[in-house]
This record gives sequence, structure tokens and C-alpha cells, in this order.
Amino acid sequence: MSAQSLKRLLPALLLLLAVCAATGRLWSAQAPISLPDLVELPPADFLYRAAGEVLRDGRPAVPPRLITRLERPLLIMRQQVTAAEYQRCVMAAACAGSEDAAAPDTPVVKVSWRDATAYAAWLSRTTKMAFRLPTDREWAYAAGSRLVDDALPESAELADPGRRLLARYDQEWDRAAGLAKAPQPTGTYGANEHGLIDVAGNVWEWTDSCFVRTRLDRAGNVASDVVNCGVRLVEGRHRAYVPDFIRDARAGGCSAGTPPSHLGFRLVRAS
Amino acid sequence: MALHWKTTLSLSTLSLVTLTVAAAAGDLNLPRQKVELVAPPYVHAHQQATSEGPKIMEFRLVAEEKQIVIDEEGTKLRAMTFNGSIPAPLMVVHEGDYVEVTLVNLASNTMPHNVDFHSATGASGGGDLTLVAPGEQVRLRWKATRTGVFVYHCIPGGPMVPWHIAAGMSGAVMVLPRDGLKDGAGKPLTYDRVYYLGEQDFYVPRDQKGKFKSYPTHVEAFADTMDLMHKLIPTHVVFNGAVGALTGKNAMPAKVGENVLIIHSQADRDSRPHLVGGHGDYVWETGKFANPPQTDLETWFIRGGSAGAALYKFLQPGIVAYVNHNMIEAFELGATAHFRIEGPWNDDLMSQVRAPGPVQKSNLD
Repeated sequence: MSAQSLKRLLPALLLLLAVCAATGRLWSAQAPISLPDLVELPPADFLYRAAGEVLRDGRPAVPPRLITRLERPLLIMRQQVTAAEYQRCVMAAACAGSEDAAAPDTPVVKVSWRDATAYAAWLSRTTKMAFRLPTDREWAYAAGSRLVDDALPESAELADPGRRLLARYDQEWDRAAGLAKAPQPTGTYGANEHGLIDVAGNVWEWTDSCFVRTRLDRAGNVASDVVNCGVRLVEGRHRAYVPDFIRDARAGGCSAGTPPSHLGFRLVRAS
Repeated sequence: MALHWKTTLSLSTLSLVTLTVAAAAGDLNLPRQKVELVAPPYVHAHQQATSEGPKIMEFRLVAEEKQIVIDEEGTKLRAMTFNGSIPAPLMVVHEGDYVEVTLVNLASNTMPHNVDFHSATGASGGGDLTLVAPGEQVRLRWKATRTGVFVYHCIPGGPMVPWHIAAGMSGAVMVLPRDGLKDGAGKPLTYDRVYYLGEQDFYVPRDQKGKFKSYPTHVEAFADTMDLMHKLIPTHVVFNGAVGALTGKNAMPAKVGENVLIIHSQADRDSRPHLVGGHGDYVWETGKFANPPQTDLETWFIRGGSAGAALYKFLQPGIVAYVNHNMIEAFELGATAHFRIEGPWNDDLMSQVRAPGPVQKSNLD
């Protein structure tokens, strides 16, 4: 072939190569996963009260609300993972099918921490980015003004078991009052000041944080830490601690107390 | 289909031996007292021991068919009620009283209704004498000859009986001894509060996706519901007509040191109630006050088709759950109610000697 004819053919050849490459990708996968809408939050100081149970000198204590700092920017999903998005993971055989036949544009619910983690792993594989559940600190930062401080007044925490249980019971029922029963379309609960949607609505969100029981001595120094990662922290209108395999916490863990109405999640993208 | 069903029912109505013996007015020379019934779990005001003589106690029961929500997912049920509540209200009288009940069948209803009082004698507890069509009312008088707590329920005939009961048409009556409740030694027992917990089993069919179905009318719910009832496994077992109905803001209040009488009825199905962290100080398990109560019970038994009564003095504050102690039914099907008890904690009865912490080598640590 002459150099001149090659030159004329080259664009056509390149075009052919491009088409072949594109076709090849379509053959091997469904439509590509679109990236979820992420909100970037800058490093900042924020008030945070540690989760878990704290005992001081053997008696329940209220951990102080401290200023803590998020050192790196936080990239977090603007909205909770929807039923439609979760269904793609199910279709790819990477997630257990949700028992709930939910409307596509509602948050996926009846998912356990294990389900949420499996989804994060699948999303990471397909997008080649690192997605995971937020820690409780990250969730608290992102929740902003929607964060409901869980601490009872010290008088209630230090009171006898009866009064403490009643105070907790009343607080949780007040919080849950008026919540819609079924999961609502994404966006129903509006956005917080960071632009995050549906924070502390009627869907509680899994975090990666494990249940911790911290014992302080009389002086306030940490004497021991018992961590149980079979139970994970769920965030929403109030904190809840739920075993990692539970998809529906409505039956609760005890005879009393208000469990989360629905269990769902949103993810952060690790840098 | 609906028309055919109604015609069939009219025929079976005619085939009942309907006695219409009207009592002559004024043949009982007794004072009358009109009682305004109160929605459960609360009970209308009444005396325990009474120095007054027998009366004619007047009550009004209104049969009302309605749609209700029975769980937190919003499941709707075509219910049938007396006076709009499940259970129907508790009626309290004394031994020797005459109970005069006016049963009204609202014109807006679609079916005949009646009432069988387990505390009454004759004519199917009154069922044979009280069958009324929508838009009718009837008045029945029965004599309270036996003391105790007793179920009453609708009993229209044939397959209607289990269906009306499964749709919510039952309540209870308490016939108190004239000198009040007593223990086995004849010592008087009094209560500071009384609560009536009617336990109800529901059978709600599901669609192919597993979601509970709702129906536009009672008649359209009938066939599917009866198929499911035949399997004898309820989808819901609840106190006061819905999952969680007696929890949260509707938890029943009482104080440490108060004696509380808890009346529990189940028109169809056995139950085994238990106070979580509490006991039955005096329990009339079969619900009949002529029998001495059992004492110090952990869990007792309410036979399907009956009511029982338990007296307990709350000793510790907090939330005391009252459960049907088949914990599958209590936690998964809804058979849990809450008492909210205020007062001082008793450290002598229970104390957390050492708070949770890491496992130590020996008990001495």
C-alpha cells in the first residue's frame, strides 16, 4: 500500500478500532454503572459525642460532647442508596435480593450491614473506586444540623435503672412520633445544610462503627474497651445498635424501646 | 356474588329457633343504672365491694363494621366491632344484677350481628334472641348469676361465627362479688387500677409478592380470609386491636406500690401471659372469682374462649412488658403491651453488682 492510501485509510481504521472496542465492552457488561451523586465536605471541626456505652466507676456515664476534627475531605452520597440501585447489585448476583418489593425511587430498606457492605464492594468493583459505609463520626459530621443528640440529661443517666429506662423510652417514642410508616420517595425529608438528602427521616442508616463499651475509672481515664463488631451502629433519629445480619429491626431487641423503622444506608468514597 | 351470599344468610337466619319473648316492663322492681362504656384498655367507673342492692344495669352495644390499620406497615383490615374498638369494652356489674343490653346494628353495616354473653344462661348466651339486621336494634336482659370475667362475642351462625370473631367482635364482662374480691383465706383484695387487655388473632391473606392484601368490602375479604383461617396460624396476634397499640404514648401507666387488676380475654385462641420482670400476685386463671386465686405466678394461661384476671402490685419502676409468652407471637406477631411504672427503684430486690466489663480470671475480680 502506498503511504498516501494508508493516510486516507487511517481515520477509517481508527474509527473501526474505536467501534470494535466499544462493542466489545457492551458485549461483556450491561450499561455502565453511573456514578452516584456525591457531596464533598471540607475538613472541619464539629461537635461529636462518642457512641457506645460508657461506664464511669461502674455506673453509666454520659460521654462529653467534644469538638473533633475531620482531617480529610469527606465524599459522601447525597442520597441513600435507592431500591433501583440496589437491584442492579442483585441482578449482578453480588447482593442478596431484598425481601421488599419497593418502589425504585425510594431508599432500599430491609438490608443488613452485611448487605450494605456487599453492595459497597460491588460498587467499588464496578466503578473502580473505593466505596464503604461511613463511620459514625463521618455520619455525624455529614448529618450536621439533622444530627439528634442522644444523650439523656445527666440526672437521667445516673438515676436508678427504672428512671433511666423510662427516660430513654420516652425520648425514643417522642422522636419516632409522626414518622410515616412506609419508606418515602427519595427527597421526601429534604436536604440538610450540606445538601444531603433524607438525613434522619424514617430510614435509619448503617455505619461501619462497632458497638463499644468503654469503662472509665473514677478519674475518667479509660480502663477498658470492649468492642463487639457483631453489632453495628445504626444512625437516624436516634442511635441504635443492631446485629449485623438483621434486615428488619422493627421487632426490636428487647420488650421495650423504639427500634429503627427501616434499615437502609448511604456510602462514602474513600480517597 | 354478594346478593347470593346475603340470601343464603337470610335462610339460615329463619332456620334458627328465634324466640321473641318480650319481658313485661316493670316486672323487676329494681333501681336502674345507665353505664357509659369506655374504650379499652380503660374500664368505666364502678364500685368493687358494694353496699347497694341488685340493680338493672343498662348498657348500649353498637355493632360497627369498619376498616382499621393493624400494624406499623399500615396493613388494613375489614374489621367488625362492638362500639368501634377491638376488643369491645369491658362491662362491669355485680352478682345478682340484671344486665340490660341494647344491641344496635348500624344501618351502614352490611351484615346481621348478635351477641353471646358467656356470663349469661340460655339461648346461646343471648345470641338466639339478639340477631338484628342493619338498621335494627334489640334489647336483651340477662341475670348475672356467676362471678368472674367472661367473654362476649358475636355469633351470627355457621361460618359467620369464626369470621366475625376473627374480625374483632369480642369483648368481656366482669361480674364482681358484692363484697369484692377475696384471696383463698377470705381476706379482701382491692385494686387501685384496672386494665382490660383483649387479645385478638387476625388472619390477613397475602398476595403473590407476600404483601398483606386489603379488600374494598367485608364480603370480598370473606373467602380468602376463611381459607387462611383454616390453616389455624394467625398473621397477627395483638392487644387492643393493633401491633403496638398499648406501647409508647399508649403504654398503660401505674405507680410502684399500686395494685393493678389485669383482665385478659381471648375469644378463640389460647394465650399464656407474663409480666416481664413481674408476677401474678393473685391470679384467677380461669377467671371465676368463686375459685380461690392462685398466688405468685410466673406465667398463666388464658384458654381460648375465656377471660382471666390477675392482680399485681408493681414493685419496680420502668417499662414492664405484658406479653403472650410464646415469644414468636409476642415479638413477631405483635402480642406485647407495655406498663409504664413510675416510682423508686428497690435495690434490695435487684442490683447490678458489677457493671459489664471484660472477662476476668475469677469471680473475685
